[in-house]
Amino acid sequence: MKNEFKVISDLIEDNKKVLDVGCADGTLMQFLKVNKNINVRGLEISKEKVQECIAKGLTVIEGNAEKDLKQFPDKSFDYVVLSQTLQAFLSPELVLDELLRVGKKAIVTIPNFGNWKVRLHLLFKGTMPITKSLPEQWHSTPNLHMCTIKDFVNFIKSKEIKIIKTLALNSNNVSNITNNNLGTKNLFADLGIFLIEK
Amino acid sequence: MNIEKNIKTLIVKKPLKLDCGKTINNFPVAFETYGSLNENKDNAILVFHALTGDQFVTGLNPITKKDGWWSFAVGPDKAIDTNKYFVICSNVIGGCMGSYGPSHKDPETQKTFGTDFPVITINDMVNAQYNLLEHFGINKLFAITGGSMGGMQVLQFITNFPDKAKTVIPIATTSSHSAQNIAFNELGRQAITADSNWKDGNYETNNTNPGKGLAVARMAAHITYLSKKGLQEKFGRKLQEREDLKFGFDADFQIESYLRYQGSVFVDRFDANSYLYITRAMDYFDLVKQFNGNLSDAFKNTKAKFFVISFTSDWLYPTQENKDIVIALNSIGADVGFVEIVSDKGHDSFLLDVPDFLNALKNFLDKSYTELKK
Repeated sequence: MKNEFKVISDLIEDNKKVLDVGCADGTLMQFLKVNKNINVRGLEISKEKVQECIAKGLTVIEGNAEKDLKQFPDKSFDYVVLSQTLQAFLSPELVLDELLRVGKKAIVTIPNFGNWKVRLHLLFKGTMPITKSLPEQWHSTPNLHMCTIKDFVNFIKSKEIKIIKTLALNSNNVSNITNNNLGTKNLFADLGIFLIEK
Repeated sequence: MNIEKNIKTLIVKKPLKLDCGKTINNFPVAFETYGSLNENKDNAILVFHALTGDQFVTGLNPITKKDGWWSFAVGPDKAIDTNKYFVICSNVIGGCMGSYGPSHKDPETQKTFGTDFPVITINDMVNAQYNLLEHFGINKLFAITGGSMGGMQVLQFITNFPDKAKTVIPIATTSSHSAQNIAFNELGRQAITADSNWKDGNYETNNTNPGKGLAVARMAAHITYLSKKGLQEKFGRKLQEREDLKFGFDADFQIESYLRYQGSVFVDRFDANSYLYITRAMDYFDLVKQFNGNLSDAFKNTKAKFFVISFTSDWLYPTQENKDIVIALNSIGADVGFVEIVSDKGHDSFLLDVPDFLNALKNFLDKSYTELKK
């Protein structure tokens, strides 16, 4: 299991109710269910991935976060998880609002476009950056709204969303992001992990 | 046709009050079982059949001598594995495979009921079938499932008996029959009653058979079970055993011949009055209205785990109508999974060899069974 999921899992207490939005093949769900006795549901758009989840005995709903989150009542989950998908929605703001309506808390992770490798790629090659966490060409990427960790911090501050915890993930190193080290983390982190609530 | 000898029947002694206001008692519910009930009696699956189905789910149907209607899904090592599970299916009341229906005799007058049989509903059907649980001494079913009208019964069953099933799998169904659904059923009923041999439903005493009307009803319905793409790919404009058009009204096209065949074989195995009664029951089905517009209330007392399945090319009970069930369940925090299976086989997909569907069904059942055993 990728390190990101371990970090997410550590943010969630045992026995909680969790919705994994864009749960893919259910790796994180499975881990939460088995190791933390989490009552976990998934929402996934890919039919193949939905089948993989069913084969693992996971409760998954085939659907689209932009349309199908509205069926869940307010605060019906302790945590709603959205891993590296926010940038792929037509309206990330609407999805973020929905996550925080449905969940008491949300855990959102974003691939960091401010990472130095991304910056150097654009600076020296002059082409759209391709990295491990951004592997697609500009014309085939599902990512519509790339942002940096700093962008995201500014965005949630402007929306009066409360940040409970911000973590930077750089290969296998996890570290806290604070107001003081934001600039550095924005340069070195591959991934930003945000625990937020409204 | 002496069908009794191949049919297992439970005589329900307890009176059953029907939605129409009448009460029936001492009535037969015909059923069949597959696999064996384990010692803990926790491996039973109640399967509900669709409009023209019967209790003979799989293997050879002893009456029609054809494969059971859900042979692709039910059997040893299949999606509903009869090596593992005890499968029960019963003929709905109003039907014509042994359960109390319009072809039975009225105990008071000793005449065949015909249209004097009380109008029954999906609710009446499941209340009648509930008696099978007592008959087998099953306190809680492992699963209930069915497609189309079978799915309606699934929804009604868990509504009426919220703690009697652990898992609930409605397939290609709806919580409320649409205007289009009613329209197609009415077309079928009109075809039957317009047949001069129908004789106001008293064809048995008149020694006639409204076979032509019933065949037309079946032909029209059969079209609704398939998709345009499926029909086009299978038949296109192919001609039936001829080189060119004959400039007449014989079956020039293969699709015509196919439909005529479907109509004619159906008449041999199905009763015209039963067709009227069962389509009526489907039309009256409106679980949303039963709960004053809030479908969620139907499921608020159950802790069962739901798994809803729809098919992309099903335009009779389209994905959105299945999703409405999912939405109602999610809005009360119920445990519900949902998948839409890609298939161009139309509404009939649930009866056919559609591997993605059968795999999903098998995985859901087997994983749930293992988990519930823990």
